[in-house]
Amino acid sequence: MENTIALEARSIYKSFNDPVTVDVLKDVSFRVDRGEYASIIGRSGSGKSTLLYILSTMDTDFTGELLIDGIGVRNKTEKELAAIRNEKIGFVFQFHYLLNEFTAIKNVMLPGFKLNKVSEEELEHNAYGYLKDLGTEKLARKMAYQLSGGEKQRVAIARAMINDPLLIMCDEPTGNLDSKNADIVFNIFKDLTETYNKTLLVVTHDLDFANKTGRIIELHDGRVL
Amino acid sequence: MKLKHLSEIALALMRARWKQTMVAAIGVTFSIALFVTLLGFMEGLNNLLDGIVLNRTPHVRLYNDIQPSKLQPIDMSDAFKDYHNFISSVKPGKKRKEIYNAQQIVKKLQSDDRVLGVAPKITDQVFYNLGNIDLNGIINGLDVEQEAKLFAFSDYVIKGNYQDLQTISNSIIIGQGVADIINAKVDDIVTVTAAGGEQFPLKVIGIYESGLSEIDKRQSFASLTTTRKLLGVNSNYISDIQIKLKDLDIAPTLAVEYENLFSLDAEDIQTANAQFETGSSVRSIISYAVGITLLIVSGFGIYNILNMLIYEKMDTIAILKATGFAGSDVKKIFISISLSIGVAGAFGGIIFGVLMSLGIDAIPFSAPSLPTVDTYPIDYGLQYYAIAILFAMLTTYLAGWLPAKKASKVDPVIIIRGK
Ligand SMILES: Nc1ncnc2c1ncn2[C@@H]1O[C@H](COP(=O)(O)OP(=O)(O)OP(=O)(O)O)[C@@H](O)[C@H]1O
Ligand SMILES: [Mg+2]
Repeated sequence: MENTIALEARSIYKSFNDPVTVDVLKDVSFRVDRGEYASIIGRSGSGKSTLLYILSTMDTDFTGELLIDGIGVRNKTEKELAAIRNEKIGFVFQFHYLLNEFTAIKNVMLPGFKLNKVSEEELEHNAYGYLKDLGTEKLARKMAYQLSGGEKQRVAIARAMINDPLLIMCDEPTGNLDSKNADIVFNIFKDLTETYNKTLLVVTHDLDFANKTGRIIELHDGRVL
Repeated sequence: MKLKHLSEIALALMRARWKQTMVAAIGVTFSIALFVTLLGFMEGLNNLLDGIVLNRTPHVRLYNDIQPSKLQPIDMSDAFKDYHNFISSVKPGKKRKEIYNAQQIVKKLQSDDRVLGVAPKITDQVFYNLGNIDLNGIINGLDVEQEAKLFAFSDYVIKGNYQDLQTISNSIIIGQGVADIINAKVDDIVTVTAAGGEQFPLKVIGIYESGLSEIDKRQSFASLTTTRKLLGVNSNYISDIQIKLKDLDIAPTLAVEYENLFSLDAEDIQTANAQFETGSSVRSIISYAVGITLLIVSGFGIYNILNMLIYEKMDTIAILKATGFAGSDVKKIFISISLSIGVAGAFGGIIFGVLMSLGIDAIPFSAPSLPTVDTYPIDYGLQYYAIAILFAMLTTYLAGWLPAKKASKVDPVIIIRGK
């Protein structure tokens, strides 16, 4: 039987101690079902990014429970967490963050190298497919630093897709895009949930963007409203 | 994660700092090249210098030492058996230098399969006379064939033909120093006086030069027969038996064994030439120390470039980790960068090392004491190359290990938040 809950947070607390103790997240609990398109909004400094880093398993310094695809991440080693990220989570950052040493298509393929489930030819074929879906197939052989901001963002989305993850998380994916490009990204995400049945969790400042998503999770002073 | 993909990432990162990577690799090349050249040259010299002595020294020498008996009469007396007896100024009794049953001992040794060869010998004090000069020296009666075969005697006969010792009766080869002092040339007749007092005219058929002037100023060589006639001893007289072994290292144990077996004194080469061993090993240690220091310095070069690379590539490391690369993968990437610098450097170093060695090997070098040598000596022993490669791998691995560990610990959250 397939787990219908993609991600579940159970009373997550997080505080920083430097220079003074600040409780950034307080008793954050929610769940996201498979195929959901959810956005997280909140004022600047309300803890959105902090939450996303915890949800993506990169930050393990918190109290509470986090389940991804029904698996608790507590007591997992750094290596096991990396494997979970690699297989189940695609991450898109605000600042595209491609590796400048590689071509666009190699950037897309990198997480696939790590997963090592399909042959290199098949991986390249898949990568090309995703680039094409995002309208960037012509850029495949260009070096990452030669791309424009919007192009980089789309390549980064393709990279998040490559291992066919359960969840795609984005931190302000439209933060430095104009409204036209933001629309493109929104539609791509919508498409991902509809045609690929992906689960999307998008942190955004952009209320218009959030209102169009299926569900809004609002953070206020570290609590979910 | 396939090795191919790890190395693809490593290569891409290196390419971003191509020049510095090259400099680090050249550092390794330089140190490996110097390491193998230095050691090859140093060991070549060592072998050469050792050869001057060791080639000519028997591995075990059997002789009758003129020493007071270890067992004095008082020790045999029942009355004083349980006492500690102190006797001062003990003098040796009359004892002959002759080895009894020398022929049988030689036969027995020849059938021992640890023994490569045996050369009987007679040594005794003599005076060389020419005109008014009397020069004291040592005559060596040789089994010419064996001496040439086992102890490279012919290499040191610089004038004349050593085989004439056997064919021409009453002939002698004198040391260069002796020849200079008594002013003798080949074909001259010198008069030699044995310690017994007998005077004997001998024909100089050759000049000997060992390179050690102390030896050349005293020694002369004749056949066993001539020497026996000179000393006025019987026709079986032998004072030394020189043994060359197949394995030099067992000389000390065999010396003890023969000493007991034949009731003779035995001296092994290690005891006889302890100071040469020390000299060689000190030279080796110094060259190893210099070589290894060079390799360590080149290790620091790699350490630096890797540290730089890691600071520069923090973002890349963070992204790799965010997309699911574990700390251990990142570590492997940086260690493989370090090792490939090491491997490339070592490869170049070996090539340059061989070329430099060949270069030194071609420089003319002649020393009167070394008749068989005409260029600088190089030992092309594979072991130096193996040690160099091993050490290069070790230092590059260690140099890569610390930065790689640091890279593996990079917290992607801090980097990504910092953007
Ligand atoms: N490493 C840190 N040490 C101390 N405080 C931190 C640290 N990281 C974040 N904070 C604090 O935690 C709070 C939440 O930060 P976070 O980045 O999650 O906010 P955000 O909701 O993403 O804001 P924005 O919309 O501006 O991106 C902020 O008040 C911030 O100052
Ligand atoms: Mg944020």
